[in-house]
Amino acid sequence: MAEHLGLSEAVSRYVQDGDTVALEGFTHLIPFAAGHEIIRQQKRDLTVSRMTPDLIYDQLIGAGCVRKLLFSWGGNPGVGSLYRFRDAVENGWPVPLELEEHSHAGLTNRYVAGASGMPFTVMKGYLGTSLGEIAPHVRFLDCPFTGKPVAAVRALNPDTGILHAQRADRAGNVQVWGISGVFREVVMASRQVIVTVEEVVDVLDRRPGDFVMPSMAITAVCESPEGARPSYVQDYYERDNDWYRKWPEVSRERDAFLAWLDESVMGA
Amino acid sequence: MADRKPAWAADEIMTVVAARHLRDGMSCFVGIGIPSTVANLARNTHAPNLFLIYEAGPLGAKPYRLPLSIGDGELATTADSVVSVPEVFNYWLQGGHIDVGYLSAAQIDRFGNLNTTVIGPDYHDPKVRLPGAGGAPEIAAHCREVTVIMRHTRRAFVPRVDFVTSIGLGPEPGIRSRFGFRGAGPINVITDLGVLKPDPLDNELTLVATHPGVEVQDVLDQTEWPLRVASSLEATEPPASEELAVLRDLKSRS
Repeated sequence: MAEHLGLSEAVSRYVQDGDTVALEGFTHLIPFAAGHEIIRQQKRDLTVSRMTPDLIYDQLIGAGCVRKLLFSWGGNPGVGSLYRFRDAVENGWPVPLELEEHSHAGLTNRYVAGASGMPFTVMKGYLGTSLGEIAPHVRFLDCPFTGKPVAAVRALNPDTGILHAQRADRAGNVQVWGISGVFREVVMASRQVIVTVEEVVDVLDRRPGDFVMPSMAITAVCESPEGARPSYVQDYYERDNDWYRKWPEVSRERDAFLAWLDESVMGA
Repeated sequence: MADRKPAWAADEIMTVVAARHLRDGMSCFVGIGIPSTVANLARNTHAPNLFLIYEAGPLGAKPYRLPLSIGDGELATTADSVVSVPEVFNYWLQGGHIDVGYLSAAQIDRFGNLNTTVIGPDYHDPKVRLPGAGGAPEIAAHCREVTVIMRHTRRAFVPRVDFVTSIGLGPEPGIRSRFGFRGAGPINVITDLGVLKPDPLDNELTLVATHPGVEVQDVLDQTEWPLRVASSLEATEPPASEELAVLRDLKSRS
């Protein structure tokens, strides 16, 4: 059963130095408030997994929390580069960053295998690509039934999955609608799950296209209004595209980034 | 190049020509940027029943404004359905339900292999670190056909890509069927100078059309390998005023 906790308490209990942590959310529902709490608590040597590192991992990387990044598309969508990510890869600042690179389908299927309790799952991607040669958790097999080649991708079971959702009830059941990305896969693959929500309500009135993750699959629920800004939460607030466009200016130079971090995250 | 400056920008001619390749009713896997503009231009002109799938999960999206990012709210709220990311990749793409996908890249080679990962010979010490694969490898593998859209430069059109992010049509013949990919691969490459298609004999990309005001030599000059030219070279129909008007209106909303 999920426990209602303050965000700071949840991060302090369920994110430890050296852990593997997945903060997911595909453009929608990115758990920025939880990411900032990890930065404030100065967690170190994390392995972090996310299909699109986005601004949230650019910030964690620039703040020195991350040792290794698992990802499948590392840009600022529609805008350009992630400069803290690049500075860490190219110059080892503030600490060297190890990369494990996938395709979207590859990383997705690592979560699927993890959620299914399987050691791996199979897919057709990676065949014939350089990506298949460099990705460490990909192997090639022959299908036992047809003899045709398939790619096996190893299960990923994060120590802690961290997600954002619209609502939870008092019992800790969590309701999500709109673009859900790999929400269910990360919940089911992770050993511990923190979900931040816009609001806690007495009754979850159902919405078209929604789903409810039962409380028993979740470790901690944290009420965190606006916890996904500058990404968006359907029916709560829009994506702050201006901030995404402004991010290069804030993050391109180390000093400007550190000044922003001090003022907007550490001092918040 | 011809002296007279054309009445359209490089991105506009690519977008218009690519949109013409879409037929009404097709299912179309849409990436962000030019591919999304292409698909929505076609949907607002000759192909109103195009079925747009965005990799974040919206199926049958009908955006009024062009999205900045692949998972914008506009896509979800206008879609017929929103599915999870594993469903998008495993069921819709790998399952073989998508007619056409659009891709772009930093490098393309003579067999249509695409690189969006690193520039330079050493993956671990790249000259340029690019964003990476995203959904591109699955689009390249599984869509029934792929159209590549990119600016035509010597840096981009290279004999062999530094890194194969997404598979094309060779150099080994039959490579796609050996891996069990049902899609035909990159059968159109649309640039700001012209259109390339694979030679049916050996799949090497061949210039089949040039855009208005572009000479064959211009295209050869911007290609790092000795580009083949089709014996019956076509001239691209110039963008119609309606095509440009709809395109510019779409851009101005976004």
